[in-house]
Amino acid sequence: MIKFVKILTIIIILSTSKASSLIEIDITRGNLDPLPIAVSPLFQDEKSKNNSFDQIKIENIGLEIASVVENNLKTSGLFNPLSKEAFLQKPDIAHLKPRFEDWALIKAQALITGKVVIEEDKLKVEFRLWDILAAREMMALAFTTVPSNWRRVGHIISDKVYERLTGEKGYFDTRIIYVSEEGPKTQRVKKLAIMDQDGFNNKYLTLGNELVLTPRFNPTSQMVTYLSYFKNLPRVYLLDIETGTQEVVGDFPGMTFAPRFSPNGKKIIMSFAKDGNSDIYTMNLENRVVQRITNHPSIDTSPSYSPDNKYITFNSDRSGYQQIYVMKNDGTNVKRISFGNGLYGTPVWSPRGDLIAFTKLHKGKFYIGVMRTDGSGERLLTENYYQEAPSWSPNGRVLIFYRETKSNDEGEGFTAKLWSIDLTGYNERLVETETDASDPSWSSLLSN
Amino acid sequence: MNSSKSLRNTFLVILLSLILSACATKKTTTKIEGQIQSDVYTGTDTVKYLADGVPDRVFFATNESILTTKSRDTLRKQANWLRENSSINVVVEGHADERGTREYNLALGERRANAAKDYLITYGISANRISVISYGKERPVDSGSNPLSWSKNRRSVTVKAN
Repeated sequence: MIKFVKILTIIIILSTSKASSLIEIDITRGNLDPLPIAVSPLFQDEKSKNNSFDQIKIENIGLEIASVVENNLKTSGLFNPLSKEAFLQKPDIAHLKPRFEDWALIKAQALITGKVVIEEDKLKVEFRLWDILAAREMMALAFTTVPSNWRRVGHIISDKVYERLTGEKGYFDTRIIYVSEEGPKTQRVKKLAIMDQDGFNNKYLTLGNELVLTPRFNPTSQMVTYLSYFKNLPRVYLLDIETGTQEVVGDFPGMTFAPRFSPNGKKIIMSFAKDGNSDIYTMNLENRVVQRITNHPSIDTSPSYSPDNKYITFNSDRSGYQQIYVMKNDGTNVKRISFGNGLYGTPVWSPRGDLIAFTKLHKGKFYIGVMRTDGSGERLLTENYYQEAPSWSPNGRVLIFYRETKSNDEGEGFTAKLWSIDLTGYNERLVETETDASDPSWSSLLSN
Repeated sequence: MNSSKSLRNTFLVILLSLILSACATKKTTTKIEGQIQSDVYTGTDTVKYLADGVPDRVFFATNESILTTKSRDTLRKQANWLRENSSINVVVEGHADERGTREYNLALGERRANAAKDYLITYGISANRISVISYGKERPVDSGSNPLSWSKNRRSVTVKAN
């Protein structure tokens, strides 16, 4: 994947209007009035269409890239892509200079146009973002990459548009690693799987011979840490997605679990269970030094670092029940931060640093929520029969988690699916997967 | 004086009725479920036997790893059987129900398996004959989503290792 990132270089910034535009989106609130945007198919000439078909078996790659963009913008909940049927201008002409009145007529406030050329194993894409009301160009970019990388071009365009219009980084050129689930509840077969954020390019990384749980991305590389029951010894593993190489993390004489990378990617923080008691440890991946962080006869698990590496939030039942705590990264200064009714688990620090997402269990219902890092301002985003394990989008605006349905007395009706929800509590969506799915973890942006 | 006395009496009456109603609720749940007492499964549906009269598993209350009187009785039988069969080693598997977060449940399963292991050690079984593994909520024995199913899944199971 890193190779892809290298190949994919932004070659020219054609022009960027510095003037403040009329359109902008406030994403700090639930956006109930998404911005009407027209995504014109990216223009491609006949010769290029033939090359495209020869190389990747898709003729109209411009149309396909536009659909990727459209779908991303739509699922963000902030945009309302307009139907192509209503477009009055041809893609090639619109890309040169849109007739703004035509686009205003169909109520578009923003327009994306573009052009695709495939020649000599290269995919060249340029696109422009237009402000219809102000009648001017807002952004223009061009990329060159390999043709098979065309979906990523769509994701990068989506990220650029999102960033230009919201003022915050996007999250579309990202991947989700998760656990694929199949079979009856009592004999569930679980595999590691990875897919693009929009569900495409799904790949299985393990065969299902052993139980695997809780994969998590390294925020700085294409490494993943997860729990595997290989040879019936539950241990934390490290997996390089590019090469497929795996290794056990450390040499612990018992179960290690609940792994996560530090934000700089240099350490793994996890629980180690000894004589029935789970405490939190770190292992430095460069020098293999193991450090014990907590030492308490209660369960200490689900650790997660603050983005500045200085603090750790974790789950402990030292008060008698599962609650959320924060401590310094050396294990000192432990403070409980969850005080609401019910049990709290799976704390995970926002990449923006200001919030901790969690799972809450209260009166037989499960909630995904967020609170400030001192425990104040608790906000529950969604309530359900069973859901847990939120993971943040790299821009800290969206949470992905998994949800299970109730089964009847015969065990029928059980499903596990991935869902996402905005930090605002709006835009709850099913994230489609080939099989049942759980334990999602969101990667960082692959490019930028 | 009088008023405070009557206040105290009222308080006692309230307290007494609270206790009574608490008992009443407990009785009805026991009647309905039949196989759960104080949140611990007491039935034999899923139980297998290591040998004649030696059940392989014990059950726990929600979020607990405390051994009940019945569990201790079961584990003493297992200890006796292990003493008589000194060549057999065992794995104690710890399990949780599906109503908890995955990672906490892994830790809870570990705690339950070790509670059983420690009891076996107290009854003279050498620690190196007993290994433990936690499956958290990953290996339920009953796939229903109801209190009875969950109670069967909150368990530690002693399995022959050789």
